[in-house]
Amino acid sequence: MAISQMVGASIKRREDPRLVTGTGSYVDDLPQTALVYMHVVRSSEAHARILGIETSRAKEADGVLAILTGKDLKPEFGAPLPVTVCFVPDKKYPNHYPIAIDKVHYVGEPVAIVLASSRAAAEDAGERIEVKYQSLPAVVDIEKAIAAGAPVLHEELGSNLSYDVKFAAGDIEAAFKEADITIKQRLIQQRLIPIAIEPRGVLADYKTFANKLTVWSSTQIPHFVKVWLAVILGISESNVRVVAPEVGGGFGSKIRVYPEEILTALASRRLGRPVKWIEDRNENVKATHHGRDQIWDVEIAAKKDGTVLGIRPTQWLNLGGYCSQFGTFQVLGMLVAQGAYKMKAFDGRAVGVFTNTTPTDAYRGAGRPEATYLIERVMDLVARETGIDPVEVRRKNFVRAEDQPFTTLLGLTYDSGDYTITLDKALAMVDYKALRREQAEKRKQGKYMGIGLCTYIEICGLGPAAPTQAATGVSLWGMSVVNVHFTGKATVIIGSSPHGQGHETTYAQVASDVLGIPVEDIDVQHGDTAIGPMGMDTYGSRSTALDGNAVHISAMKVQEKARKIAAHLLEAAEGDIVYENGKAFVKGTPSKAVTIQEVAVAAFQTSRLPKGMEGGLEATTFFDPTNFVWPFGAHICVVEVDAETGATRILRYVAVDDCGTRINPMVVDGQLHGGIAQGIGQALFEEGVYDEAGQLRTGSLVDYLIPTASDLPSFELAATITPSPVNPLGTKGIGEAGTIASTPAVMNAIVDALEPFGVKDVAMPATPQKLWQLMHRNGGTKR
Amino acid sequence: MRRRVAVTINGTKHEHEVEPRLLLVHYIRDVAGLTGTHVGCDTSNCGACTVELDGHSVKSCTMFAVQADGTQITTIEGLAQGTALHPLQQAFWDEHGLQCGFCTPGMIMAAKQLLERNPNPTEQEIRVGLEGNLCRCTGYHNIVKSIQAAAKVMAPGAERKAPASVS
Repeated sequence: MAISQMVGASIKRREDPRLVTGTGSYVDDLPQTALVYMHVVRSSEAHARILGIETSRAKEADGVLAILTGKDLKPEFGAPLPVTVCFVPDKKYPNHYPIAIDKVHYVGEPVAIVLASSRAAAEDAGERIEVKYQSLPAVVDIEKAIAAGAPVLHEELGSNLSYDVKFAAGDIEAAFKEADITIKQRLIQQRLIPIAIEPRGVLADYKTFANKLTVWSSTQIPHFVKVWLAVILGISESNVRVVAPEVGGGFGSKIRVYPEEILTALASRRLGRPVKWIEDRNENVKATHHGRDQIWDVEIAAKKDGTVLGIRPTQWLNLGGYCSQFGTFQVLGMLVAQGAYKMKAFDGRAVGVFTNTTPTDAYRGAGRPEATYLIERVMDLVARETGIDPVEVRRKNFVRAEDQPFTTLLGLTYDSGDYTITLDKALAMVDYKALRREQAEKRKQGKYMGIGLCTYIEICGLGPAAPTQAATGVSLWGMSVVNVHFTGKATVIIGSSPHGQGHETTYAQVASDVLGIPVEDIDVQHGDTAIGPMGMDTYGSRSTALDGNAVHISAMKVQEKARKIAAHLLEAAEGDIVYENGKAFVKGTPSKAVTIQEVAVAAFQTSRLPKGMEGGLEATTFFDPTNFVWPFGAHICVVEVDAETGATRILRYVAVDDCGTRINPMVVDGQLHGGIAQGIGQALFEEGVYDEAGQLRTGSLVDYLIPTASDLPSFELAATITPSPVNPLGTKGIGEAGTIASTPAVMNAIVDALEPFGVKDVAMPATPQKLWQLMHRNGGTKR
Repeated sequence: MRRRVAVTINGTKHEHEVEPRLLLVHYIRDVAGLTGTHVGCDTSNCGACTVELDGHSVKSCTMFAVQADGTQITTIEGLAQGTALHPLQQAFWDEHGLQCGFCTPGMIMAAKQLLERNPNPTEQEIRVGLEGNLCRCTGYHNIVKSIQAAAKVMAPGAERKAPASVS
C-alpha cells in the first residue's frame, strides 16, 4: 500500500466554496414550483383535552387549500411515531402521533395544519383557527410529576413513571462500609435547547400516479426517516426517497423522525402538490426536542487517601410530554458513569418521568456529558473533602495503561488509552504548579481565580451491531460504496449524513490514500437514500469510526481487484504486483506500471479482463467493528470570578484530546472548538425554563442565551494519538468530546474559584447573579 | 395595498410590487431569488440574514422591503468576482471558519463591515464586533482567525489587493 499521504493532512474542506458563496442549498433554498406551504397550529396549552377545532373562518381565508386536524389525519397513520428501546426495554410509553388527536401534552404540540398558497396566507389563516381546550392541571417538574396526586399525562399508563431500573455491579454495601468518607450531592443537568442555527424544514413531493414520495428534510437521519415514512404512510419503501440537502447544524436535535416529516408528506399526498414547511425560531424552541433535563443524585464512598471505592448515582430523566424516538438514550450516561476510573462497586438507578414539556432526546453527547459531569464532579468533591489536589485524586483512581483493555463494572470494555498522557500534557501546557501559586497570590488580592479539570473518557463509534441491537434496538454499522469510473475518477457513497462535519473532504482523503487517486478526482456523496444501499446516518460521534473505515475497506477491496486486473494486463502473477500511488507494477520494475486509470478502462472493456472476472471496479462494505471506540482527554479551564459582579471570565482553556488517528487535524480541531463552546454554554448561559403552567419562558434567542464570540476565549488545543485497535484506520470519534469535557472543566473551575467562600457546588448555569449571591450570602465573609 | 420597491442587489436592478409587511430578507430570498442570505431566528439575534445596504451592514429581517426602496444592496452572492473569492470568503475557507455553513453568509457580511470600519482589529475587537452574529458550530475560534487572516490581505498596501466589492 502507498505510504499514507492524505490521512493526517489538514487539507481545506471541499464543501466550503459553495457555502462561503451562499450557493449551497438548504431545504428552504430548494427551487420548486407549484408549492403549497404548511403552517402548523400548535397547542398553547401544556395539558388539555381538545373539545373542538373551529376551522370554518380559516377555510374562507385567501389562498387556503385545506385545513386538517388530528381527527382528519388519524386514519392515515399506519403507525405512531417510532420509539426505540435505548437501554430501557420495559419502559412504559404512550402512542405518539404526529398531531394531537384528542389531548395535548406540551405547549407547541401540533393540533392542526393549514395548507395555503403562500406562507403568509397559511399563517394568517392559522390565526383564524379556534381550538377549544378543556385545561387540565400541568406538571413540569420531575419530582412533582411522580409525587402522589400529580396530574397524570397519559391515563392509560396509570402514572407519569415510565421506568425505574437498576444498573448495579460490585458490593456497594461493602464499599460504603470500607469508606472513611461519604459524600452526598445533587447535580442538576438543566434543560437545554439545541438551537442549530438552521431551524428544521421539510419539503415533501408526492407524485400521485407514480405513487412515489420524495422528502427533503433538514435531518441527521435520512435513512431512518425513509423507513418510517414508508411504515407510517403505508408506501412501499422502494417508492420513498429522503434527501438531507445542506443541513445547518444538528447537535442531536435533528436525529429523530419528526411529526412535520409525516405531515408534509400526508398533505402532499392529499393535494397532489409539493408541500413545504419551514420552522421559525419561535416554533423551533418548542417543536424541536430539548436536551438534558435530569437530576443526578449521587452518594460517594471514598478513602481519605482519595481512593473512590464506589458510587451510588440516581438519574432522574424528564422525558417531556411523550417518549421521543431516542428519548431514553440519555440512560447511556448511567452505563459510562464510571469514567476513566477504577472502583469496586457501582449502584446506579435510572428513572424516567413524563411531564408537560417539550420531549427531550439526544443533544450533543446524549448521556455522556451527564455521566462525565457526574464523575468529574465526584473527583473534585473527593479532592475537596480529603484536601488532596484534584490532579492527584484523578491519578490515584485512573484506569492504568496496563489495565487496557479494561472492563468496567457494568461490563463495557475500553479499547485503549493511557489517561496520564493527556493529563500530563495539559498540566505542562498550563504550568499547573505555577497556576496554583498564581491563584494563591490572587486570592490575597481579593481576586478569585479557579482551575478546573476534566479527564474524560467517551464511548462513541456506535457501534458494533450486536451490542447496539441489544441495547438500543437498532443494529449500527458503517456503510460505503467505492466506485471507480471509466476515466479513473471515483465516487464514494457513504451511509453517514454530515451536517457540518466535512465528510466530503475527510472520506476522500481516506479513499485517495488507498487508491492513489487524487482527492479532487473523488466525489463523496451522501444524504440521499436514492444512492447507495442503506446508511445508519450521523450522530454519537460515529461517522469516521464506522463509515470512514467502511470507505477504507471498500477502497482496499477495489485495490485488490485492481491488482488482479493489473497482473493480467502485465501478464504477471498477482502475488508479484505492488500497488503504490495509483500505479500497479511487478515488484522491482516500477517503470513498467499500469495506472489506476488504465486498470479502470480495462475494467469496463470487459474482454480485456481475466477469464471469469466481472466488469466494473466497485466495492460495497457494511463495516461492523468488534467494539466501540473510546476517546479520552484532559481539559483544563482557568476562570476568574469577579467578586463585584459575579461574572465569570475564562482566562484560558486548554484541551488535550486523543481520538486516535486524525484524518484531517484541522477538521478535528474545529469539532473540538464548537463542542467546547457548547459545553461552556451549558456551564455559563443556557437554561430552558418552564413556568408551573407549562409555558416556556425561554422561548426565543432573547431569553435563551447561547454563547457569542465575545463570551469565549481562543482555545489552546493539543493532541496525543492512540490508534483504536478496533478499526483499520485507528480512528475514534471527536464530535462530542468538547461538549462532554468542557462543562465539568468550567464548573470545577468556578467551584474552585469560590472555595474561599465555602462553596462546594454551583448549580448550572453559573450566572453572575447566582455566583454573586454565593459570594455574598454571609455578607461577603469568607469561610 | 401593494407598494412598489426598486432596489439594486449585487449590481442588478430589481423592481416589484410587494406587500408592505414583506421583510427585506424575504424579498431578497423569495422575490429576488437570492437564497444565500439565511433566516435563523425571528428576533434579530442570530445575524444569519446580514447584508450590506448603502454601505452599512444590516440584519435584513429588521427592515421591511419597502424601507429599502432606492437602496444599493450587496448580499453574499455579490462578493466573489466570477470564480475569484472575496478575501473574506477565501479566509473563511483557508482557516476552516465554517462547518455547517448556515451562519456563514451573515458572518462574512458582518465581518466585511467590521474590517471596513477597523482594518486592523485586535482579537477582542473582532469578538465584540461579531456579537450580533451567532454560530453554533465553530465556537468562533476559527471565525476570528479567518477575519484576522482576511484583515492582513485586505489591509491597505497589502500585496494581494482585494477585489473591489460589486456594489
